[in-house]
Amino acid sequence: MRLVILEDYDQASEWAAKYICNRIIQFKPSQGRYFTLGLPTGNTPLGCYKKLIEYHKKGDLSFKYVKTFNMDEYVGLPRNHPESYHSYMWNNFFKHIDIDPNNAHILDGNAADLQAECDAFEKKIEEAGGIDLFVGGIGPDGHIAFNEPGSSLSSRTRLKTLAMDTILANAKYFDGDLSKVPTMALTVGVGTVMDAREVMILITGAHKAFALYKAIEEGVNHMWTVSAFQQHPRTIFVCDEDATLELRVKTVKYFKG
Amino acid sequence: MPSNKSVSDAPIVQFTNCRILRSHQLQREDLWVREGKILNPEKLFFDEKGSADIQLDCKDSIVAPGFIDVQINGGFGVDFSLATDDFKSGIDLVSRKILSHGVTSFCPTLVTSPPAVYHQVLPQISVRNGGAHGAGVLAGAHLEGPFISKEKKGAHPEHCLRTFEEGAFQDLLATYGSLERVRIVTLAPEMKRSSEVIRELTKQGICVSLGHSVANLSQAEEAVQHGATFITHLFNAMLPFHHRDPGIVGLLTSDKIPAGRRVFYGMISDGIHTNPAALRIAHRAHPKGLVLVTDAIAGMGLAPGRHTLGQQVVEIDGLNTYIAGNCSVSPCSPGTKTLSGSVATMDTCVRHFQEATGCSVETALEAASLHPAQLLGIEHKKGTLNYDSDADFLMLNNSLYVQATYIAGEEVWRQEALGM
Repeated sequence: MRLVILEDYDQASEWAAKYICNRIIQFKPSQGRYFTLGLPTGNTPLGCYKKLIEYHKKGDLSFKYVKTFNMDEYVGLPRNHPESYHSYMWNNFFKHIDIDPNNAHILDGNAADLQAECDAFEKKIEEAGGIDLFVGGIGPDGHIAFNEPGSSLSSRTRLKTLAMDTILANAKYFDGDLSKVPTMALTVGVGTVMDAREVMILITGAHKAFALYKAIEEGVNHMWTVSAFQQHPRTIFVCDEDATLELRVKTVKYFKG
Repeated sequence: MPSNKSVSDAPIVQFTNCRILRSHQLQREDLWVREGKILNPEKLFFDEKGSADIQLDCKDSIVAPGFIDVQINGGFGVDFSLATDDFKSGIDLVSRKILSHGVTSFCPTLVTSPPAVYHQVLPQISVRNGGAHGAGVLAGAHLEGPFISKEKKGAHPEHCLRTFEEGAFQDLLATYGSLERVRIVTLAPEMKRSSEVIRELTKQGICVSLGHSVANLSQAEEAVQHGATFITHLFNAMLPFHHRDPGIVGLLTSDKIPAGRRVFYGMISDGIHTNPAALRIAHRAHPKGLVLVTDAIAGMGLAPGRHTLGQQVVEIDGLNTYIAGNCSVSPCSPGTKTLSGSVATMDTCVRHFQEATGCSVETALEAASLHPAQLLGIEHKKGTLNYDSDADFLMLNNSLYVQATYIAGEEVWRQEALGM
């Protein structure tokens, strides 16, 4: 893996955004030859999205020939609910850039047949030629997307029940009312992300430090599903100083190089 | 990129680089318009996989809902209370000219007049949507009088005042001829049988406003209980606020307003009709009820001098308009200090209101758009920039000068660039 350590959240966001930007530009996407990007939600990638929007508005980056696949979406939440991942992606990214709406794929948590929706999503990724770069985050319990502790490391896109930790962490977005928080979600599997040609995981903040330690300094373990990427040929972990707090000094020194 | 919409083929316009008034705040958002209505771009993106056909850069303007004037007696030489042969072209002229003041909808107002005037004029008022031809006439006229108090007639002609104590609603109907094109009626609630009249008018969907009256607070509250929802030009032509009987002004803080209802009040914030301190008191007491009106008369937009206001002649001097002296009798009777309407424009009123109260830009804009729409019960389609509302909006600069006016998504007026 590559472990890229930046001083703070802003620098980590900028590094990640520049990396994505350069990948797209180097690929030279065009009609019929799209760059496929996997995308996360949550607090961590907000800075990165802001930077990407900045590059787009400056005229340096176009998403005209980019296809995106989001990692997850809540089940049963109306699509226009302010906390749905559709709303998140629209407000924080899509409305500011020039992506073709036909190329922005997000799982539909209100589909009549949820498993069919998941299977169709896997098929769309396949038809798009696979994912060139999958960007993700990490939960405090080491999960990637909604692959909660105990998820199979070869899992595919499916319906998952959310762990209590996750529900409690999300309550603040639903007026602190636990009964309003969705309990299920559709999510890409660990195996789905492992299929991507390149993976970039963003990890910032001291509260993620223990999860990062478990993910890269301990063994591959389905209780810390991000650890699966130890077996991926091209993974980059982008983090800030605070996120390295639980790592061994030797590891940090090695990667700071 | 080609837009791919499943709902409609009509072109989609995206107004960018602007600050729009939405949810009571100026937000950095784009305004999307299709088929004359404000479009929800998120729905367009996810449901229809659609995108904009045209993008227009608003150069950092403020984008606000079009202003709604519910009390305007005329302008540019046109007097809505005069039954002339070319009345229709008069209304057309005013509705076109007020676009430059940011007014996209209005209620043509008639002051106290003889029944013949109502019978001739009202049928000529067509309720219609605005457009390139001019601001829209919102559901009808505002009839200010003749059922008002003699003591507070202001500039209204005394010989035309009437009561309805004999036949109540039937008297009113006979006077006006028909209520088909009437949206607001101003009357004095202390008049005998006013409760019946107010109830019947309210039942017929007409907004009842209290004004030109010497009512005390309990008479005013009773009128509200029977259905009255508006106060005509607060402070003017009513008893002054008194701490043991606040009169109509007391409605602003009355605890006898039926639950779920709000009393609105018109304010002419031209700097003359109301002292800024009084404007501030009213605004602070009941900010959500304040509706800016111009009460503009025929002389608005014209040079100083003499103009008509229904059966009266008024003298305009700067921003002041008073009932004129009468030189058809000998000796000439002197001019008066009785205010008679204003020559202020709506955008001037908005700016003056903002300066005098120090309120936010959002509040000043809402007083001329959202609040009148709420008064008339049409806020689901006018007075806001909410999704699916009619796309009547303005582009203003930071000093709240109107740069461009749009009705149903089409530009109907634009400020010409100043030649250098």
